[in-house]
Amino acid sequence: MIEGIRRVNPEAWHTLREILTKLGLSVRKILPETIAIITAFLIGAIALLITGYPPVEAYSAMISGAFGDVFGIGQTLTQATPIIFTALAFLFAFKSGLFNIGAEGQLLVGAFASALIGISFNNLPVYIHLPLALLAGALAGGFWGFIPAVLKVKLGAHEVITTMMLSYVASNLTSYMVNYPFKAPGWVPQTIVVAPSAELPRILQPTQLSASIIIAVALAWFTDYMLKKTTLGYEVRAVGLNPSAAESSGISVKKGMILALVISGAIAGLGGAGEVLGVHRRFIEGFSPGYGWDGLAVALIGRLHPVGVVFAAILFGALRSGGMVMTRATGVPLDIINMLQALVVILIAAPKLIRYLLKRGGFKW
Amino acid sequence: MVELIDVINIGLFAAALRMATPIALASLGGIFSERAGIINIGLEGMMLTGAFTGVMVSYFSGNPWLGVLAAMLVGALLGLLHALLTIKFSGDHIVSGTGINIFAMGFTAYMSQVIWGSRGASVSVRGLQTVSIPLLKDIPIIGDILGSHTPLVYMTLILTVLSYIVLFKTPVGLRIRAVGEHPSAADTAGINVFQIKYLCVMVSGMLAGLGGAFLSLGHLNLFAWGMSGGRGFIALAAMILGRWMPFGAFGASLLFGFSDALQMRLQALGLLPPQIILMIPYILTIAVLAGVVRKAIPPSDYKPYVRE
Repeated sequence: MIEGIRRVNPEAWHTLREILTKLGLSVRKILPETIAIITAFLIGAIALLITGYPPVEAYSAMISGAFGDVFGIGQTLTQATPIIFTALAFLFAFKSGLFNIGAEGQLLVGAFASALIGISFNNLPVYIHLPLALLAGALAGGFWGFIPAVLKVKLGAHEVITTMMLSYVASNLTSYMVNYPFKAPGWVPQTIVVAPSAELPRILQPTQLSASIIIAVALAWFTDYMLKKTTLGYEVRAVGLNPSAAESSGISVKKGMILALVISGAIAGLGGAGEVLGVHRRFIEGFSPGYGWDGLAVALIGRLHPVGVVFAAILFGALRSGGMVMTRATGVPLDIINMLQALVVILIAAPKLIRYLLKRGGFKW
Repeated sequence: MVELIDVINIGLFAAALRMATPIALASLGGIFSERAGIINIGLEGMMLTGAFTGVMVSYFSGNPWLGVLAAMLVGALLGLLHALLTIKFSGDHIVSGTGINIFAMGFTAYMSQVIWGSRGASVSVRGLQTVSIPLLKDIPIIGDILGSHTPLVYMTLILTVLSYIVLFKTPVGLRIRAVGEHPSAADTAGINVFQIKYLCVMVSGMLAGLGGAFLSLGHLNLFAWGMSGGRGFIALAAMILGRWMPFGAFGASLLFGFSDALQMRLQALGLLPPQIILMIPYILTIAVLAGVVRKAIPPSDYKPYVRE
């Protein structure tokens, strides 16, 4: 297909290539991811056809909803924000060789903790209240990462099971909190709104886009810096690449793993705080449509690289925001989004699969 | 206090056996897969898809047993997918399994809306009837616990014994264990490593699908959103607690089934908010893993096998 573009429109090909080179990515490099996404959408289209929905209408409603106007773009970026956090969380733990599949739970406890700080104080200055609320989110998330980390290094409990179980605990715990002790008056299980001094500013009215995205992007840059340029990052990567070699060169594998999972949890928790303080201004039960899982998919598509993650998150944010528009316009159940996302994960899970598909399709790669 | 004591009666033990059944089935599935060297985190998704498929087929055909068969078939298909990704394309076991889990969540919720117009739950369908075992049910206490269940509960008991026999008393089982423990040696000995792996992961999916069908058709007779509720992961914990042995896994499943049954009864009592009670099985799973796992050594090294 890319060959086709080159033949039909050489100028467009050159511009495209230049843009991509400028981004530091060559076409060849992102080809497998592109193929995975296109294949997922094709399978999704077949699923839509079989179940009686028009795929072209659905997809075009999705795309125009996500990118068609300023409002759409704002909503896309709003949805992308928590996904950047959860993807960075997955990525960071992964660099130390750990699978943190419980980012959802860490996001939830972080969100609730920040809401708690947000509603508890009324007359703090912004420069104290807001950082305090964000910090509470990060700490709570970090604590939720600390539990499986300690269980892993001290007792050998596999983090895939414990982080998942803790996600269920977090979802029940926060649900209890907003249904009982911290329930706002009314029918909806939610807290009261946070004090204005704890609010993250909205940066693109009338959309819900908040300053949380600035934190997210800065954090992506910082994560990259941390992993590449700091001793901590080096140790975390060393633990992930070869634990026994790391151990024999004086790096504590246990310490590295604990730090990686705590930081991972803290990143997800901070993302939750951003949702509460920037978007919803309170903790609402069920506010996350599965940002934890989005993060996992995005981290994989972003090649486990912080910069790649930001771009992949925007793509998934577009799926979420465009998906809502698609559902309103065509009645397609929103869960098609989760299916597309899973298909991308499945296709990326096995890099050889894409290479196999490319070979079958007659591509040289 | 009187109420609390009322919760603990013979009915609770019968319920524990019932709630242990889906976990035990998935956990047997986990054993087959891991014995052959493939980690199967996708058990959760295979269960959920099985639960959905069972209800869907029973809804359209009116026959719950067709639903059970279809659930097993779909489970085996997802197993085949996992096998293809991890064996043929050397994908990461956990990433592939997680992909299957996310897919199952999306797929079942999507189809539920397409078929029944509701994301939350399906309509009620015809489920599996309970059967009473003639002599067994008349024995006091034991009869009350074991005497009257859906046939799948008894099948699970049989499958546990059968799995033990297959894995440890037959040449096939020897091959499976050899493939997991030492694939290159198995290959040298003329065992078709890949065939065994594919077979085991498909059996794994089939058992998880069967467990899912029990969840939906053996009890509630409907499909509810996310109804597997982490049982696939709990099954993995049961497998580890049971040291990758069928009887051990079944025993561990009984423990988790008991906590599940207790949780349901406590909820019905209404002494504590449901969310607090719902946490019990998950916390128990974490506690069990933390308490026993150090001494548990996996039967395989799970590395992708590449023929040289």
